[in-house]
Amino acid sequence: MSLLEIKNLHVRVDGNEILKGVNLRLNAGEVHSIMGPNGSGKSTLAQVLARRESYEVSGGEVLFNGKDLLAMKPEEAACEGLFLAFQYPVEIPGVSNAYFLRSAVNAIHKYRGEDEVDAMDFLPKLRKEMKLLEMDEKFLNRSVNEAFSGGEKKRNEILQMAALAPKLAILDETDSGLDIDALKVVAKGVNAMRSPERAFLVITHYQRLLNYIVPDYVHVLVDGRIVRSGGPELALQLEESGYANVGTASTPTRKNASGTPAAGAV
Amino acid sequence: MGASNVASAMQTPEAYAEAFSGLEKEAAGRELAWLRNLREKGFARFSEVGFPTLRDEDWRFTNVAPIAQTPFRLARNGRGVPASGEIARFFMRGAACTLVFVDGRFARGLSAAGTLARGVTAASLAEALAKNPEAIEPHLGRYLNIERDAFCALNTAFIEDGAYIHLAKNVVLEAPIQLLFVSTPRDFPAVSHPRNLIVAEESSQATIVEDYVSLGGKALCNTATELVAGDNSAVAHVMIEREDAEAFNISTLRIQQGRAADVASHSVLIGGALVRNNVHPVLGGEGGECLLNGLFVGGDRQHLDNYMLVEHASPHCGSRQFYNGILAGHAHGVFHGRIIVHKDAQKTDAKQTNRNLLLSDTAQIDTKPQLEIYADDVKCTHGATIGQIEEGALFYLRSRGIDEASARRLLLMAFANECLDRMKEGPARTHVERLIHEYVAGVTGVIASEASQAAVGERS
Ligand SMILES: Nc1ncnc2c1ncn2[C@@H]1O[C@H](COP(=O)(O)OP(=O)(O)OP(=O)(O)O)[C@@H](O)[C@H]1O
Ligand SMILES: [Mg+2]
Repeated sequence: MSLLEIKNLHVRVDGNEILKGVNLRLNAGEVHSIMGPNGSGKSTLAQVLARRESYEVSGGEVLFNGKDLLAMKPEEAACEGLFLAFQYPVEIPGVSNAYFLRSAVNAIHKYRGEDEVDAMDFLPKLRKEMKLLEMDEKFLNRSVNEAFSGGEKKRNEILQMAALAPKLAILDETDSGLDIDALKVVAKGVNAMRSPERAFLVITHYQRLLNYIVPDYVHVLVDGRIVRSGGPELALQLEESGYANVGTASTPTRKNASGTPAAGAV
Repeated sequence: MGASNVASAMQTPEAYAEAFSGLEKEAAGRELAWLRNLREKGFARFSEVGFPTLRDEDWRFTNVAPIAQTPFRLARNGRGVPASGEIARFFMRGAACTLVFVDGRFARGLSAAGTLARGVTAASLAEALAKNPEAIEPHLGRYLNIERDAFCALNTAFIEDGAYIHLAKNVVLEAPIQLLFVSTPRDFPAVSHPRNLIVAEESSQATIVEDYVSLGGKALCNTATELVAGDNSAVAHVMIEREDAEAFNISTLRIQQGRAADVASHSVLIGGALVRNNVHPVLGGEGGECLLNGLFVGGDRQHLDNYMLVEHASPHCGSRQFYNGILAGHAHGVFHGRIIVHKDAQKTDAKQTNRNLLLSDTAQIDTKPQLEIYADDVKCTHGATIGQIEEGALFYLRSRGIDEASARRLLLMAFANECLDRMKEGPARTHVERLIHEYVAGVTGVIASEASQAAVGERS
């Protein structure tokens, strides 16, 4: 069973069809990248998967771990193990980062019938992650994302991902606006979490990120459809020739012949 | 204000005149000519203007007809004293002492005397008038303006009891004093007029908490406090209105600040049907600082009105007003922030911010800044916002596994915490924090279930 299976997904926003039949399959342990021009629907896909209610699903089906993802509320999807690192993380004045993280982890523990986390265990673990992400501890006591720089916000997303340990992490342009040092730090945080049980869906505009987080598959989303899928070399190709003619050769290819069911456009 | 010249359409109920002449004969301190005079002036003024109407500029958003039309009788007559078990839950933890007032009258048996530092007096005003009237006379009625507010005039007509707090020079009181005003159920609509006098002499320091609660019944509590903050004193005053759904509460806090006095007024309105919270500081000495910090949270059909009148009468003073409102159901909130900078008050720095969250389409807020500046070298800023809980913030929290009701509560508490953060840490803040947490949890519980019902309705 695939971890995530998107079948013919159609999504409307304010009456406009933004996703026009997306198909995608991800297995645990894999890293997939989605690239595509501005406005092609990448964030829409990410937000729909995270169950943002203002996006209207007009057709299709999504199975997450075999369960109907589209029937879930955002908090249920999160508790089932789905995580979205936002393209534009939201500022929440008056709620400290530490309190927020602990509330989130506890909510997920509660959903799974586990005990609340102990502050004594939780904080040291968090501090370790922060060290890896080269984040100052003062960010724990600051309000969530409030007056964080762009790079600090992105690191904070990765910190949340580490704390919540999801099965599927969707990173929506986590690399945008980062300088190369910050990019390496974020990539290090992601790579530290790669495991056979976990999958990543990495949305990016820049091939550069994929030098550090090497994907198994690259998909190209144009105008609400995945028009092409391939291996990491596809990203390099796109970097050179752009998206203009990408839709013409749309046979998906698999990089590794691992015998897993075909991923990518069906 | 010329508006008070407008003849009131509402009558002064007969009952007030009867009650007044009754009180004159038996009230505490009736042998004091200055006090009789003060009461008479108050009653004369009230008789002249009656209750305010919506035509009065200061009362544009608050209709007191429900008060004017109710045949209130003085609660002092035929009162029953509640058992101490009934009110134990209202006591603040960590208070230096708690003075209990039942329907406006001091109840020694229910109070917790505590041991107060030398130089601190916390007593009943009626007793102080009997024992030590010369300490009261220079202050009582000297600051409160009975001309501009009919409720203050009415309160003054019925001055009899309340709290008298005195802090001698240089006295620092660490723990707060709690003044607990309990209104009790009667078989008639009852009115009480507590009158408090707080005098903080030079360089003294204290926190005073006025806490209004009720044990049920239809009641009007028309309270007034004069707070005299001497030179270089530091006084925090906390007003908590948490009476039940049938209560009317009109309060006025009149603050007179001396040179370099630092006063913080914190208002927390979470109860009552019709509430008017007047705060009127006069910065009367150079270098004074005044913080007016408030939170009002209403649901159902609560009406919560905050009327601020900040008068800068001396140079180099600063005032900061921060009021946050959360309104659900059919609640109606008002924030009226008036700043007057007098001619000589150069280098005034006055700031005013009112932020509001409306949790339903039927909740309402009226917010009105009013700046009157007669000095030329001043800095005055004001701003107001009205918004809803942000969908983006809600989604962000939910996307991390936090359920919708908890996410809403978290965002509301964060909004409320802006006010709590302006209070110094200590028992008073802890007390307020607990009350707000309980109340917000209750209000948002209702909201969350309304929202989820709406969502179900849409889907089907
Ligand atoms: N609330 C909305 N109302 C109307 N149109 C919207 C709304 N949100 C998104 N869109 C439109 O949907 C399309 C897809 O937007 P989306 O954010 O998914 O693109 P994207 O691929 O993530 O782009 P980018 O690379 O710039 O982040 C765009 O044309 C955008 O203008
Ligand atoms: Mg995007």
